[in-house]
Amino acid sequence: MTRAVNAVLRRDLRIETRTPQVVPGMALFAVSAFVVFHFALQQRSVEGNLAAGVLWVTLLLAAVLGIARQFVADREEGGFEGFLLAPVDRTALLVAKAASLFLFLVALEIVAVPAFLVMLLGPSPVEFWRLLLALLLADLGIAFVGTLVGALAVQSRARDLLVPLLALPLLIPLLIGAVKLSAPVFGGPAAAARWPWVLALYDLVFGLVAYAVFDFLLED
Amino acid sequence: MYGTRLRAFSLATLVTLTGGFALAAFYAPEDADQGFMQKILYLHVPLAIVALCGFVFGAVCAIQHLRTGESRWDLRSYVAIHMSLIFGAGVLVTGSIWARASWGHWWVWDEPTLVSFLIVFLLYATYQPLRFSIEDRDKQARYASVFAITAGAFVPLNFLAVRLAQSYTHPRVFATTDGGLEPRMKVAFYACLLGMALLYATLWKYEMASKNTSAQIKALRRRLAGDEVPAPRRSAAPTLESA
Repeated sequence: MTRAVNAVLRRDLRIETRTPQVVPGMALFAVSAFVVFHFALQQRSVEGNLAAGVLWVTLLLAAVLGIARQFVADREEGGFEGFLLAPVDRTALLVAKAASLFLFLVALEIVAVPAFLVMLLGPSPVEFWRLLLALLLADLGIAFVGTLVGALAVQSRARDLLVPLLALPLLIPLLIGAVKLSAPVFGGPAAAARWPWVLALYDLVFGLVAYAVFDFLLED
Repeated sequence: MYGTRLRAFSLATLVTLTGGFALAAFYAPEDADQGFMQKILYLHVPLAIVALCGFVFGAVCAIQHLRTGESRWDLRSYVAIHMSLIFGAGVLVTGSIWARASWGHWWVWDEPTLVSFLIVFLLYATYQPLRFSIEDRDKQARYASVFAITAGAFVPLNFLAVRLAQSYTHPRVFATTDGGLEPRMKVAFYACLLGMALLYATLWKYEMASKNTSAQIKALRRRLAGDEVPAPRRSAAPTLESA
């Protein structure tokens, strides 16, 4: 199991480092979105709830881009068949794909969060660890939900249409938790102590759901 | 097999639902604050409860489908979600009317239950596009079941998150400190809820009967005409392999 996960994860990372496609795409999208927000909101800087909203909407939409690309190579180049032929647990693919999506999201945020701080944020951030905690918990949740949605949508003809339609409603509870948790960082109202737990519960539930149903998406 | 007792179901629905609405209209007292408008409660809330239960029922059928691999479970799940979507549209419309009447806006964001319901509705609205865009019949059924289970797990989580996100909530009709609904209102409400559940069950049975009958007709026609039957139109609905 660990070896299979490692192999698939290393393969995905190697594909991405040789021909960077997903991460630069997501990062570029995020920066463009900040520019769009600047003009759409007609504000030089944002703060408080608005800042948290702008950041998280951008991250979520960028994540949707990554989710849509996640299984494309596997489908087009026969990666699914190769994996199914290998005598390994199918959960390994879920874990590896979720891990690679998680790493891609971290890479995205390494670019997008500093860009946001420089380009849009008005007040200097306080209690920065809150944002880091929110990013960590949200990335975990996005990784599980995204892998599930990506695998669901990749077999359909309307893949690019379905991914956002499926992913955005599913991610709304996560978005709620993330903005509540990170709003104080940008000078917003204080967050209740329960939000990390809500996010953790979300991660746990969708991790278990993904684990339970993912096998059925691979049968052929 | 689904055609049995349809008449009994229809009659029971008719009687209970009319009775429930009659109780709501004439027996239950008018609400002190909202007056006559509050009576939409007897339509809106049962619709919502039944629609949500229908989604959960769809998820349970989907679990059965994945476990057994029988296409009739897929059909049950499909029809349940289909019906719940229709009920859900009714919930959003009646909720919107109620919001307009009591708060003056067609849509209010600080009513967590209604907002959660909208999110759930939006999620389930992709069920049929998802089915429709997967051509392989087997895959379609399996993927739809995976979706139904995921969405089923999402429903309670979503309600929790949206509920917690509200710093202030509107006074709730049920969970007030002095015991909630007045007893006569409660009687009318439960009658309406029962009627609505029966309506859902009846419509579900009708739809199942119709789907099964057309599958049987298709099978018979195929047997009569051999391979000359034109290929069926592509649809999101599951096909039963001629029972």
